[in-house]
Amino acid sequence: MSVDLEIIEPGLSTTLQDLGRRGFQRFGISASGVMDPIALATANALVGNKLETAALEITLAGPTLTCTSAEIRFALAGADFAVAIDGRPVSSHETHDLKAGQRLSIGTARDGTRAVLAVSGGFQSAPILGSVSTHSRSQLGGLDGGPLRAGDRLPLAAPGLPARPHLMVSPAHRRRAQGAVRVLLGPQDDAFSAEGIATFFASDYTVTALSDRMGCRLEGPRVQHAGAVGIVSDGTVFGSIQIPGNGQPIILLADRQTTGGYPKIATVISADLPRLAQLRPGERVRFQAVEEDVAVQLARDMRERIRRIDASLVEIQRTAAPTSDHLLACNLIGGVISAFD
Amino acid sequence: MSMANDALYAVPRFRRSGDAALTVEVGDGIDADVNARVVDLDRALAERALPGIVEIVPTYRTLLVCFDPVMLSRRDIEAEIMALWPPVAPIGQVRRRWTVPVAYGGDNGMDLDWLARRLDTTTDEIVARHSAAEYRVYMIGFMPGFAYLGGLDPALHVDRRPEPRLVTPPCSVSVGGQQAAVAPPLASPSGWHMLGRTPVRSYDPRRTHEPFLFRAGDLLRFHPIAAAEFAALERAAETGAIIAEREELTV
Repeated sequence: MSVDLEIIEPGLSTTLQDLGRRGFQRFGISASGVMDPIALATANALVGNKLETAALEITLAGPTLTCTSAEIRFALAGADFAVAIDGRPVSSHETHDLKAGQRLSIGTARDGTRAVLAVSGGFQSAPILGSVSTHSRSQLGGLDGGPLRAGDRLPLAAPGLPARPHLMVSPAHRRRAQGAVRVLLGPQDDAFSAEGIATFFASDYTVTALSDRMGCRLEGPRVQHAGAVGIVSDGTVFGSIQIPGNGQPIILLADRQTTGGYPKIATVISADLPRLAQLRPGERVRFQAVEEDVAVQLARDMRERIRRIDASLVEIQRTAAPTSDHLLACNLIGGVISAFD
Repeated sequence: MSMANDALYAVPRFRRSGDAALTVEVGDGIDADVNARVVDLDRALAERALPGIVEIVPTYRTLLVCFDPVMLSRRDIEAEIMALWPPVAPIGQVRRRWTVPVAYGGDNGMDLDWLARRLDTTTDEIVARHSAAEYRVYMIGFMPGFAYLGGLDPALHVDRRPEPRLVTPPCSVSVGGQQAAVAPPLASPSGWHMLGRTPVRSYDPRRTHEPFLFRAGDLLRFHPIAAAEFAALERAAETGAIIAEREELTV
């Protein structure tokens, strides 16, 4: 009999994700995969997994889970969510042990949109086309090709507690990046008028509620095309910014269609892709063009940051009752304490 | 390709797609020669097996080359492509031709009657024209295993629906504008006209040795079948049988 993580409430959209499917886009298979790869690496590092181990991506409102037959260690990274064990609030961004039968409830996101929940040892799941990532539209990955549902049971690969200290993400590494989203112009910037391109860079765009893992839909000043709105369909990447006939940008994300027929004015640089995962409906974004060599250097820096992810983690002593939760609450977020009383 | 084709570019146009991808445009429009060049360049570049190229996505007239910017620069890839240019098809290459059974009309093809009225013809005439043509697979995209086909009889060119349907049946065989298509066994939104359904599963992840049947450059023909035969073939396809007939043509 397998030891399972049991889903009591699924949350808004909770899916199993790893780094996604590579090499099958030519057959119409969306890459999918985790939206925020830094969060995946961080959550896995906290619980001692390989950085690319599949974990649960949670969105805006999280699930309630339990494991009735074993004790497990878990950690959340990415967006800041309210977390509680059997109703007692605990801190996000650090490891906790969940005793057999205890309930882990993940509430709503207080900042950002998506977090990754990693469990020590990971899940037991057979890859399809090289990945266990869930892609709902093509019914691939996860348990049965879609988000988790109440009553689902995810088999754990190595239940039990690891023999390693409890860790937390140092506060300096929890902050969400600010400022404009950086892009490289192209591939079809020539499909827009000079005025259209100027509008794109000079305006604030608001993230709409229709955004999901396929695309981040924006609303704001209309970006004017130079001529025809359609192109002969070609391939898309994570970060392609397409502008359909209504002039409102859509940033294509992990679950995007493999090909598209709208011109793409610009492409978000690799280093800013994890930020896209955290944009909230109603939030404003602005775009800034950078040089290609800058984008490549930033991609290098991000790779290095993930490789050295352990450097962003701090050991915590959790001996008796109030520990780092308490300290953090007292010292850093004093104004919020009353919410926990 | 003995005659000059204005749609083909003398040299490829490179378009930046971020810091980790490059779009290589080899010609203009939807054209068999342009698409053949895409297929040839795809093969030639894949054979070079450059470390750092993550994947290549061939489409109608472009290749999307996805790469790791830490291992490889865009300039390196552009230089590599120029060195391979113009790509040529290997001598004695094998082309695949598929024959795909289709149950036309009725519940399987909800737009067949409408199309006959719209074109002021009979459903038999539409079926005859649609199944007489030889199609070229231009690309696989939009959804897993969805094949975009060129070669549709001009008499069957009809604009797409003004409002796409939110759901169309799995394995639909459809036409839209100048193009035809075969859908995988997944329901999907579509603005195309549904002529029929095929029992062929162009994509099936359970068929681990061959999850995808069609690829860019393949030839394809349709073969009308009766609804009863459709049901029997569909059951066979469910068990993993590849019921589309495949010929290998040496060119």
